[in-house]
Amino acid sequence: MNGPTIRFDQVAFAYNEAQFLFDATVPDGAITALMGPSGSGKSTLLNLVAGFETPKSGRILIGEQDMRDRAPAARPVSMIFQENNLFAHLTVEQNVGLGRSPSLKLTADDKRAIADALASTGMQNKNNRLPRELSGGERQRVAIARALVRQCPVLLLDEPFASLGPALRADMLDEIRALQARLGLTVLFVTHHPEDASRLADHVLFLENGHITAQGPAKSFLDEQAPAAFRRYMGDAG
Amino acid sequence: MTVIRRIPADPRLLGGALALGMLAVLIGGAFVGLIAEGARNPQAAWAAFDFYLLRIIRFTLLQALLSTVLAVLPALVVARALSRHPVFPGRQLILQLFAVPLALPAIVAALGLLALLGRAGFLATPLGALIGEPWPGIYGLSGILVAHVFFNLPMATRLFLEALQTIPTDQHRLGVQLGFSASNTFRFIEWPALRKALPSVAGLVFMLCVTSFTLVLTLGGGPRATTLEVAIYQALRFDFDPARAVALTLVQLALTVVILAVLSRLGADTAGDANLSVAPRRFDRPNARERMINVALLVVTVVFVVSPLAAIVFAGLFADLQRLAFETSVRSATVTSLWLAFAAATVAIALSFALLRTRHLLQSRRPGGRPSLFERLTDRGAGYVLVVPPIVIGAGWFILLRTMTDLFALAPIMAITVNGVMAMPFALRLLRPAHDDAATRHDRLCASLGLTGWNRLRLIDWPSLRRPLTSAFAFAMALSLGDLGVIALFGSDAVKTLPYLLLERMGSYRTADAAGLGLFLAALTLALMLLSDRLGRSRR
Amino acid sequence: MRNTGLTTLLSLTLALGVLPAATATAKAAENTLTIYTYDSFTAEWGPGPIVEKAFEAQCSCQVDFVSVADGVALLNRIKLEGANTKADLVLGLDTNLTTEARATNLFVPHGISAESVAVPGGWNDDTFLPYDYGYFAVVYDTEKLQTPPTSLKDLVEGDPSQKIVIQDPRTSTPGLGLLLWIKSVYGDDAGNAWAKLKNRVLTVTPGWSEAYGLFTKNEAPMVLSYTTSPAYHIIADKTERYQAASFSEGHYLQVEVAGMTKKGAENPLAKQFLQFMLTPSFQDAVPETQWMLPAAKTSEPLDEAFDRMVKPTKSLTIPSDEIAEKRKTWIDEWLQVMSR
Repeated sequence: MNGPTIRFDQVAFAYNEAQFLFDATVPDGAITALMGPSGSGKSTLLNLVAGFETPKSGRILIGEQDMRDRAPAARPVSMIFQENNLFAHLTVEQNVGLGRSPSLKLTADDKRAIADALASTGMQNKNNRLPRELSGGERQRVAIARALVRQCPVLLLDEPFASLGPALRADMLDEIRALQARLGLTVLFVTHHPEDASRLADHVLFLENGHITAQGPAKSFLDEQAPAAFRRYMGDAG
Repeated sequence: MTVIRRIPADPRLLGGALALGMLAVLIGGAFVGLIAEGARNPQAAWAAFDFYLLRIIRFTLLQALLSTVLAVLPALVVARALSRHPVFPGRQLILQLFAVPLALPAIVAALGLLALLGRAGFLATPLGALIGEPWPGIYGLSGILVAHVFFNLPMATRLFLEALQTIPTDQHRLGVQLGFSASNTFRFIEWPALRKALPSVAGLVFMLCVTSFTLVLTLGGGPRATTLEVAIYQALRFDFDPARAVALTLVQLALTVVILAVLSRLGADTAGDANLSVAPRRFDRPNARERMINVALLVVTVVFVVSPLAAIVFAGLFADLQRLAFETSVRSATVTSLWLAFAAATVAIALSFALLRTRHLLQSRRPGGRPSLFERLTDRGAGYVLVVPPIVIGAGWFILLRTMTDLFALAPIMAITVNGVMAMPFALRLLRPAHDDAATRHDRLCASLGLTGWNRLRLIDWPSLRRPLTSAFAFAMALSLGDLGVIALFGSDAVKTLPYLLLERMGSYRTADAAGLGLFLAALTLALMLLSDRLGRSRR
Repeated sequence: MRNTGLTTLLSLTLALGVLPAATATAKAAENTLTIYTYDSFTAEWGPGPIVEKAFEAQCSCQVDFVSVADGVALLNRIKLEGANTKADLVLGLDTNLTTEARATNLFVPHGISAESVAVPGGWNDDTFLPYDYGYFAVVYDTEKLQTPPTSLKDLVEGDPSQKIVIQDPRTSTPGLGLLLWIKSVYGDDAGNAWAKLKNRVLTVTPGWSEAYGLFTKNEAPMVLSYTTSPAYHIIADKTERYQAASFSEGHYLQVEVAGMTKKGAENPLAKQFLQFMLTPSFQDAVPETQWMLPAAKTSEPLDEAFDRMVKPTKSLTIPSDEIAEKRKTWIDEWLQVMSR
């Protein structure tokens, strides 16, 4: 599996008074960090890719395919939120299983895939736990495991580790990196932390006021040559 | 080895304790009064336990359980349909109309229902043709059930919808991404939320049906349809036998506690994962088939609820409305009603808020395990006041206070307190989801900022709970508007409310006037709901 | 003061002007007569306002009414308040309740000559004085029922598809009235009569209002009410649609009475009012506000509509003592039959 490119072709969107216009290409099979001030449109951009919002005009292409009128479930996309990724009354195994069958009719193959995914996120032996018996980091691992069993080549992360401690966050990022390397996913993730971006991202998209104002390789963003807008956002210090 | 757990004195715990204390004093005091009076003839209490009592208990439980099932199951489906279609013209109006039945005196609602389903009702001819003989009306158990469903289905729907609205937006997003069908969505997203609310809503409906009085007698068709409430009423009113009234009230209370304990097993306590997002929004669009089913469902429900209301309005239009509106007695009754209902709603909201606050604090202090008795009392326990008949409270306090104070001054105070207490369980259920959600989000922050007491109420709780609070307030007011139990008992011309006036006119041949006042009462309730909606929505 | 909080709340209420009437009570001035009654008596279209005005004009005193739901509630109220009652007079009990009322020992003899009293069967009660009376009757809808029953037997044994709405004797005065009516006609055979009548009963309501409401909504062609009910429809609604059926066995009589309490014995106004009650100033108000028959002379003949009301050939009564003793047994008997 090699992740496709994601192309925003003059994608316009409006929410209350805020106007958004995105035009950019997210490189295939790589990890791209979305950065920018609050309200700049980072989550909106992810929601547009996932199909939770519909553009006013323009096209979103994943690989060669136009996503217009395509239901969220029919897109090759998995998204992980900051919270509420799990259904509180279902066990870990069931929560992951939903990624295979929305009615939880699981075949032997499905069960094997679920076990593999849980193993690869370090959640083996916790199949029958309920979400409330898990820590915050463990819950997000289950969500990642579910994204894995869905076998979608695009993974969207909306600050999923924001509420975790720095050490744990770093671990999780490394795991995402490893998974991405193994599966060649296209990953788009929102973060506020430059160190997350430097640890994980190949590329950076920088947003301001609903527009993508800078983009480039992660390295170029994190040294002296960083774009002026990004330096301003970082307060010139970092 | 002793473990000393110090719980710091917290005003939030005190509030709940005070609220519970007030309920205990209100009900306990009434019992003390009645028992003191009944002590002269204690055998009468035992005489209540005869073979006849068993029959009454059987019927009381039968009708209440059936009514609950028939009101609650459709309400689940209707609430779900309403939540599946979050925007359509008239949706808000439907919800507001759903608050009207509870504010109508039982007999007015019964006549409205009969205008539709009675022997001379609108549907009598088609129904008669259907069964091939003159339509016999709905007298008997079926009439009781229909009337109870008319009263309770709309309320249960509102409460379930409230529960569905606490589902986090992300869960809907997730469902859509995972390709959930309508049935998957119900199974994994909606049902858990509904199930959590189910025992409490079913319990509320059950209690209302257990204590139903006028509807049971009027539509029941004869004394076969006798409930415990009727027996209590008879014991106090006709036989004047306080000891028996207390005994029967205790039986009613005990039965309800047992039944509700069983009911509560229907619900799962999935609390603990309470991270809720602020504004639920749905991403799934029902497909054409489901859309049609939902529309049909809503149309049937709305017709069932609205046509008796329409019949009431229609009958009211024949009254000399203009004359009525300018009558001093009608005007002063309106003012009295509104004023009493306002005060009662204040009591209801204050009690609910205090109880909710305490319950939430207690729950957050225990990471797992079973809730303490205190917590359970602040939760469902307080709701049991509903099965203590107002006539028992009224009579008990009357006996207690007759020697020490001016009884006429007491009528409005008793009415406010009792109506407030009786509206509390409804307000509690309307407020709880929003309150717990807000408390989870704000508690730590407020603690760290040292925001407490009045400042917290003013700066944090009021702005974030403004909408559910106004809506619960209006609902509580509507409930109190329709009540006349206690006022009638204390009997003072000083506090003549609208329902009281209505029954008075009905009782002296003035049916047209009564119908006009029924219309008036329904309109007032609707206006209240509209107003609360507007007040709650502005400046958000 | 013990009840400061309460007083504060009350004055607040008063300040807001919600309870103007309570002010009158609070004054509790001398020269005030306090009468406990039921609420349709004091309603604005009831006799209360007329009577109050007329009496106040001749006594230069103040009349305060306190009203409760009905006669039964009135008796309970008196029982509850006992010797502490504020009532000087209790107006609105009926002859089915007088024995129980007397048993409270709260009432004193009125000491007034009853010779001006004109109720069927005469009057010789030294504690209670009547102010109006009426007969229970089956009122029917002439548009629905061409041949109304002509006797109680006819009602009991008639076509079960022609329904009647009755009231519950456990909760309502007319309900108890029918129970006593059937008892006085059928005696020990009342149970069987009820067993037959049961099939004609559409439903049993808690009170008169619910029953009459169902009747006027066309749910049933017959209802248990009073012989004088049609007068209301003739005079106020200008319709003769509703009529009372005359029963050959006679009709059960209800006499409404007033009595003086121990407290009232010390208030000269109480006795003065009882005397006033039997004069035309009071009695004139009775027919077209109470829709009952006056218990003494009126200044003018009644509206001609009253002439057309059913005049019972025989007025049936059961002594108050017997009712007090057997009411419970009879209601149990009724329950047995009706809940089968």
